[in-house]
Amino acid sequence: MGGRLRSVWPPLLIGFLFLAAWQLLVIVQDLKPYLLPAPSLIASNFFGDLGLMSSTAIYTGTTALLGLAFGTILGIVAALLAARFSIVNNIVTPLAAGLAAVPIIALTPILNNMFNITSRTPRVLVTVIIVFFPMFVNITRGLLQVQPVQLELMRSMNASPRTVLRILRIPNAVPFFFTGLKVAAPLAVIAALVAEYFGGPQEGLGSRIASSAANTAYGRAWAYVVASIILGLLFYLAVLAVERWTAPWVGHRRST
Amino acid sequence: MSAAPTSTVAVQAAGVSKVFNEGLANEVTALQDIDLSVREGEFVSLIGPSGCGKSTLLRVIADLTHPTQGTIEVAGMPAAAAREQQRYGMAFQQAALFDWRTVRRNVELPLELQGWSKDRRQARAMELLEMVQLADFASHRPWELSGGMQQRVAIARSLAVDPPLLLMDEPFGALDEMTRERMQNELLRIREETGKSIIFVTHSIPEAVYLSDRVVVMSPRPGRITHVVPVDLGPRNEDTREADAFFDAVTAVREALRGHGGGTVRAKAGEV
Ligand SMILES: Nc1ncnc2c1ncn2[C@@H]1O[C@H](COP(=O)(O)OP(=O)(O)O)[C@@H](O)[C@H]1O
Ligand SMILES: [Mg+2]
Repeated sequence: MGGRLRSVWPPLLIGFLFLAAWQLLVIVQDLKPYLLPAPSLIASNFFGDLGLMSSTAIYTGTTALLGLAFGTILGIVAALLAARFSIVNNIVTPLAAGLAAVPIIALTPILNNMFNITSRTPRVLVTVIIVFFPMFVNITRGLLQVQPVQLELMRSMNASPRTVLRILRIPNAVPFFFTGLKVAAPLAVIAALVAEYFGGPQEGLGSRIASSAANTAYGRAWAYVVASIILGLLFYLAVLAVERWTAPWVGHRRST
Repeated sequence: MSAAPTSTVAVQAAGVSKVFNEGLANEVTALQDIDLSVREGEFVSLIGPSGCGKSTLLRVIADLTHPTQGTIEVAGMPAAAAREQQRYGMAFQQAALFDWRTVRRNVELPLELQGWSKDRRQARAMELLEMVQLADFASHRPWELSGGMQQRVAIARSLAVDPPLLLMDEPFGALDEMTRERMQNELLRIREETGKSIIFVTHSIPEAVYLSDRVVVMSPRPGRITHVVPVDLGPRNEDTREADAFFDAVTAVREALRGHGGGTVRAKAGEV
C-alpha cells in the first residue's frame, strides 16, 4: 500500500503545482477568460452544475460506447474472416490501411444528411468506423502472429484449422485485442465528441463546448473540456480493468 | 523395401529424401536417401552440424512435412495415419506452452483435443505432473516456471496420450549445463518407467552418448546418415559420465562427425 501511495503522490503534486502556477499566471498577467480562464473559474463551473456535467458526459459517453461496441464487434468479425480466408486478408487489410488514412470524421456532415440528423445514428456510425480500424488491424495481427512451433505442435496433435483457431489463434489474439482497445476506447470518445460539432442534437459535450464558447461562457466551455478528459480517462481505465480481470497473462511473455 | 508392419519396429524410414524449393534457384536437398529403423523401446539420437537435416528428418517422421521420396512408417502404419492416431508425442527446443493456460491445462491439451472428459484429463495430467515432479505447480502459469521446468511440462504434455514414440528436437538445447544433465537423468527415468521409443535430436556429443542406445551421425549438403554408433553403457548412473566406455563412445561419435570411420560405418541400404 505504501508503494502505491508513493507512486501516486508525485503526479498529484505536479498536477497541483501546475494548477497553482496556472492560477497565478492568470491573476498576475490579468488574462481574460477567452484567452485562458483561471482553474478556479473552471472548477466553479464544473462543480456548480455537476448534474448537467454528468448528464452531458453520459450522452456523449453513450454514443462513444455504442460506437466502441459495434466497431469492436465488426473488427472481430472482419479479423476472424481475414485470418480464416487469405483472400479476405489480401483484400481487406490493404483496404483497411488505406481507409485508416482517411479523416473519417470529415464524413460526419454527409452521414448527417444520409441519416436522421436529429438522431444519434450518424455520430455512432462515425465512431464505429473510427473504432473499427485499430481493432481489426490488431486482432488480425494477433490471430496470424502465432509462434511457428506452436502451430507445429497443434499439427502434431492432429488439430483441425478450426481447432487451431479456437485453441491457439483466438487466445493468442487477446493481448492484441486489448492493445487495439486501448487505442480505440479514447478514440471513440474523441470521435463521438467531435462528431457533435457538425450539428444535430445539442445534449453532448462537443455541442456544449461549442455553444458555451460561442456564448462567451469560457469557464463553462472549459468545464466541459474537463468533463471530456475525465470521460476519455474513464474509458481507458475501464479497458485496463477489463484486461487485468479477463487476461491476467498479458504482459508476461515467456522467454522460450 | 516392403512395408510389412512388424510389432518390434517403432519407426521405419526407407529411401527418404526431402528437397525444399525443388526446381528453384534456392533448392536445398535437406535429406538424401535416408534409411533408418528404430526398434521399439530404443533410444536413438540424431547428431550432426547445423543444417544437416536433423529437424527435417524428425518432421518427416512426424508427418509435419512430406518426404519428396521414400516411405515412413510409425508404429506399423504410414506416418500420416500415425499422426492422426496420435502415435507419437513431440517436444521442441522451445517449450511452446500456452501462456493463457495453467501448467495443468497445458498438459491436458492433447487429451482435450482427443475429447477426453474433464475429470479424466485432469487426473491424467496430474499423474504426468507427478512423474515430472511438478505437481505442486499445476495451477501456475508457464511464465512463472524456469526454463527447465517449462521443458518438463512440455515433456509431460508429449506423454499425455501415452504414445509409444517420443520425437524430441533439441529439447534441452536452451538449458544450462547443470539443468541439462538433470533433465537427461529425468528423461532416462521417464523412459524406464514408460518404455517409450525415443528419437532425440541434439548438438551435444556427450548428451547423445549418455542418453542413447545408438547415435546416428548425419552430414550436410545433402543431408545424409554417415555413421551409426552403437552405445553400450548399460544402465546409466552417476559414474557413467566418467567411465572409460563413455569417453570411448564420445570419441567414436566425434571421429564420425569429423568424417572418420569411428563408428559402425553403415552400408547404404544395408541393415542398421
Ligand atoms: N521449410 C524449409 N524451406 C526451405 N529450406 C528448408 C526448410 N526447412 C529446412 N530447410 C533447409 O534444410 C536444411 C536442413 O534443415 P534442418 O533440418 O532444420 O537442419 P538441422 O535441424 O539439422 O539444423 C537446411 O539447409 C535448411 O536451410
Ligand atoms: Mg534443427
